[in-house]
Amino acid sequence: MTAAVFFGCTFIAFGPAVSLFLFTIAREPLRVIFLIAGAFFWLVSLLMASLVWFISVQISNKESVSQQKGLLIFGVVLSVLLQETFPASASSHHTDSILLSGLGFGFMSGAFSVVNILADSVGPGTVGIHGDSQHYFLSSAFMTMAIILLHMFWGIIFFDGCEKQRWLAVAAVVASHLLVSCLTFQNPQYVSSLVPTYVVMFFMGVWAFYTAGGSLRNLKLCLTCKDKDFLLANHRPR
Amino acid sequence: MFAVMSVSDSDEELYNERTALVPAQNPAVPSYRPDPELSPTEDSDSKMVPPEDEEEEPLKYGAKHVIMLFVPVTLCMAVVVATIKSVSFYSEKTTQQLIYTPFSEDTPDVGRRLLHSVLNTAIMISVIVVMTVLLVVLYKYRCYKFIHGWLILSSLMLLFWFSFMYLGEVFRTYNVAVDYPTVAMVIWNFGAVGMLCIHWKGPLQLQQAYLIVISALMALVFIKYLPEWSTWVILGAISVYDLVAVLSPKGPLRMLVETAQERNEPIFPALIYSSAMMWTVTMANPADGQRSGTGGVKLGLGDFIFYSVLVGKAAATGGDWNTTLACFVAILIGLCLTLLLLAIFRKALPALPISIAFGLIFYFSTDFLVQPFMDNLANHQFYI
Repeated sequence: MTAAVFFGCTFIAFGPAVSLFLFTIAREPLRVIFLIAGAFFWLVSLLMASLVWFISVQISNKESVSQQKGLLIFGVVLSVLLQETFPASASSHHTDSILLSGLGFGFMSGAFSVVNILADSVGPGTVGIHGDSQHYFLSSAFMTMAIILLHMFWGIIFFDGCEKQRWLAVAAVVASHLLVSCLTFQNPQYVSSLVPTYVVMFFMGVWAFYTAGGSLRNLKLCLTCKDKDFLLANHRPR
Repeated sequence: MFAVMSVSDSDEELYNERTALVPAQNPAVPSYRPDPELSPTEDSDSKMVPPEDEEEEPLKYGAKHVIMLFVPVTLCMAVVVATIKSVSFYSEKTTQQLIYTPFSEDTPDVGRRLLHSVLNTAIMISVIVVMTVLLVVLYKYRCYKFIHGWLILSSLMLLFWFSFMYLGEVFRTYNVAVDYPTVAMVIWNFGAVGMLCIHWKGPLQLQQAYLIVISALMALVFIKYLPEWSTWVILGAISVYDLVAVLSPKGPLRMLVETAQERNEPIFPALIYSSAMMWTVTMANPADGQRSGTGGVKLGLGDFIFYSVLVGKAAATGGDWNTTLACFVAILIGLCLTLLLLAIFRKALPALPISIAFGLIFYFSTDFLVQPFMDNLANHQFYI
């Protein structure tokens, strides 16, 4: 594993998110604070899920591999549900905070999933020497990128749904989050986990775009540089 | 607040100051009547804002100050973590200990180890208390020359000796051969410019950079020479001390800040990180003072040091990035909350308690609970 793998995977995983940060968030101090607050709340939800998982592992049979795997799956589901309840309980009238806590969630989630892997990729070793997949790093990086962007889209749709009492949207967010997490249970068959995840991400992205007030007309104006305001950066409540 | 420290054989003095967060505008003290020209600079900001955003304006103004402290704290922590992860010298086990933590933690017995760490903490905290009280007494009786001499000696040692050691270890890690004349020139320039910037005049950003660097160096020394359990207990104890020293009426740090405000002098620039330019020391009449566009928030260097010690120790033990990240976010959120309280109460506040409390909670919980969970998830490549 070389520096190329390290840098490549880092940029794949964090590229879109960091560019979003630089272009829309870095200039506004308040947004940075909301981003970090979002990251903090994700951490707290993860902590609670880990606590439950840890306790359940201690009382279970540590020898049985399938039981441990089952407990892990339970932990994943619980963690997803907890992550969705946290933004719901944090009420805020500031629309910026909502988008940014979604991105903060994404950053932290992506970081926690991939940073250790990236750190290992700098050191010596051979990928998949025991017969595991050789594409471990690359697939982790792509998965992380999808997850970060998905968190942001989910944040937008979730809060818009909460604000306008569109519970179907909220339920769809929770369901798709569970779906994506459960898809990862199929790793290392990457085709069956990555491809559907990207499809979900694309749909969520389009949905979030329209929820945030975008339209084909706006998009055209933006791309032909006729629109002075970037859509998300100047989102105003209707 | 000073702490004197000894490294193995030599008896060197360092300073490790920690006062509290001080709001930009010194609150009115009974013995000093504020001059109308010293009205808060927020007015100049809000004049340029359309009326409907007025309620958002204090929020944005406060947020700017929070970011003005987030950036240096993040930089200091980043320098410390980068060093710990690359230069193995600072995370190696060493049998040398400071004379302030004489009890060794080499025993396998848990109870004994705990006892030793508590005793080490007691000694360290009492040394810190004594030094702080000494500083306040000297300041009260206007022994400025003595204090300045002490500060100059401490920063001399940090800027020359510790940075020389640091440079040596970095070269050793990357196996770079550098000749002594080059090193002498580099260290001489670095140290001399640092002394000028910190104790005399210099561009604000250069002064800020130097303060960050010396805080990082100091934190690295603590990380290397404090035994593991003692570090955690000391962090906890020093937060409690900070709380008491800044908030209680007879607390030494509170007296220091109040005396400085009464005399309308800035607290020694060598001990405090200032996010914006404040008055120069040599002015007599407050009205003559030069002010920068916006007042800034100040954070004591000791706060930088102990934040970095927490994150650095998290990075050094276990080698796990999740724990480091969690502590980093926890400390930033604690700092944010502290600044919020500062905006509400408008007086000097201790910056350590909330951040260190969050940092410690997140360190231990991430290390024991989250880490096994995330490890298992990463093994199977499950994502949450």
